[in-house]
Amino acid sequence: MSPQEILNKLTEKFADAIVEAKVEGVLEPYAKVKVESIREISSLMRDDSDLQFDTLMCLSGMDYGKGILGVVYNLGSIAKKHKFTLKIEISVEAANVSSVESVWRTADWHEREAFDLFGIVFTDHPDLRRILLPDDWEGYPLRKDYQVQEFYHGMKVPY
Amino acid sequence: MAESIQTQDRKLRTEEMVIQMGPQHPSTHGVLRLEVTVEGEIVTHVKPYIGYLHRCFEKHAEQMGNYSQVIPYVDRMDYVAAMSMEWSYVLGMERMLGIQVPERVEYIRVIMAELQRIASHTIAIGTFGLDLGAFTPFLFLLRDREMILEIFERTCGARLLYNYFWIGGLSHDVPLDFVDSTRQFCTQFKKTIVEVNNLLSYNEIFIKRTANVGILPANVAINYAASGPVLRGSGVDWDLRRDDHYSIYNRFDWQPQIGKGERGTLGDCWDRYIVRCREMEQSVKIIEQAIEQLPDGDVQSAIPKRIRPNASEIYIRTEAPRGELGFYIVSDGSGSPYRVKGRSSSFVNLSVLPEITRGYMIADLVAILGSIDIVLGEIDR
Repeated sequence: MSPQEILNKLTEKFADAIVEAKVEGVLEPYAKVKVESIREISSLMRDDSDLQFDTLMCLSGMDYGKGILGVVYNLGSIAKKHKFTLKIEISVEAANVSSVESVWRTADWHEREAFDLFGIVFTDHPDLRRILLPDDWEGYPLRKDYQVQEFYHGMKVPY
Repeated sequence: MAESIQTQDRKLRTEEMVIQMGPQHPSTHGVLRLEVTVEGEIVTHVKPYIGYLHRCFEKHAEQMGNYSQVIPYVDRMDYVAAMSMEWSYVLGMERMLGIQVPERVEYIRVIMAELQRIASHTIAIGTFGLDLGAFTPFLFLLRDREMILEIFERTCGARLLYNYFWIGGLSHDVPLDFVDSTRQFCTQFKKTIVEVNNLLSYNEIFIKRTANVGILPANVAINYAASGPVLRGSGVDWDLRRDDHYSIYNRFDWQPQIGKGERGTLGDCWDRYIVRCREMEQSVKIIEQAIEQLPDGDVQSAIPKRIRPNASEIYIRTEAPRGELGFYIVSDGSGSPYRVKGRSSSFVNLSVLPEITRGYMIADLVAILGSIDIVLGEIDR
């Protein structure tokens, strides 16, 4: 399916949930959706017989600055050989997103990474812990306003 | 004394036990820690702990002065397949900038990436044999890998971390003896594959250790977004070189290799292993064709003077030796990247480990981990 057809399909079912979408003139056609509906949209994307997005290629945390965080879902379909991108935006104060781990198991580690480096909390995630950094690390390093901690267990951190 | 032993016998503990495998364990292929819960010899649960090799690649990439300076960092992700790592990032940047690279560059890139695939698979297969007690194939394979590294060294001066693929071109043209030495390598390596097949692939002991072990069904592999030989070992016919239409792979005669469950069940360790073996044969085939067709030209003519893509973003993926290597690159229109996320194949492939080790012996855990073929530099970034 072409990106436009995918978007039409999505609009058909979730007209209210789509905040913004762009399929022409961009390298990655995307739809920005409301954060509350990401799980339902993900399920639809996976299960619909025309869409069949069977893999989550990549899940990236984002910091757009000015207190806005985001998550980008790059979806791909092995069965249908098409791609699409979903995006959500959330504020730093309420950085809660429902986990899509139950839809694509691969999201497990990707979400832990986004939690680790951006501090985005994925609700209903079965095992949300830091993954790359030590458990007692302070702050979220990939946020744009990150200040590195002075000492870690007596070791000086900034070099 | 005899009585106390008897008393101990009667009180033999039977509950589950947690043992730590790694971070300094030879068969974890790097600094990986597995928290293994066992009941006797049977593994009930495995919990991987990663991050020991975390070098803040994504943070560094954001703080680089420009896009080209990220390439050496990309090299250090999967340090045994650095050419393939560079290609993915560079290709993403070229798509963002709308650059079409010259024919000669495309051909050299294909040859280098396929040589790199062979070099990487020799390590994968060699150390897999090593984990299971077969020492000799490892030496044969590393001897041939040395020939590849020499070709790389004569081309760009480095043996492991090349910084060879640049945005829009290559750092150097290939040396004069490149065509001859690559042909020589292909001739030699075809013999080695036969030797390795005789020594390892169809060795009864090896088959006993790997067939019907660590079975990964196709639907689970897809749901976990496993890629590369791990996915193809489960019988899914999916190779980005063919299915994602990048570069010039459609000009060559080659076939993606998939597991067929020949020696056991579809998706077992042996299938993942044999996919790698057969992929090396296909890579040799691609290299031989590319060498024949190698056109003349300037390899630096398309390199841009100033790299400043418009505000845009791309998710680029290529078929690295270990599977789908993706980069999600976001530009805000300035001279350095706003965000670079590396989606590494080993990271995703390793996450399937708890799923496929349940119910096997501890010794099988080593075989399963070896068959996934991880590089920790790529996982921890």
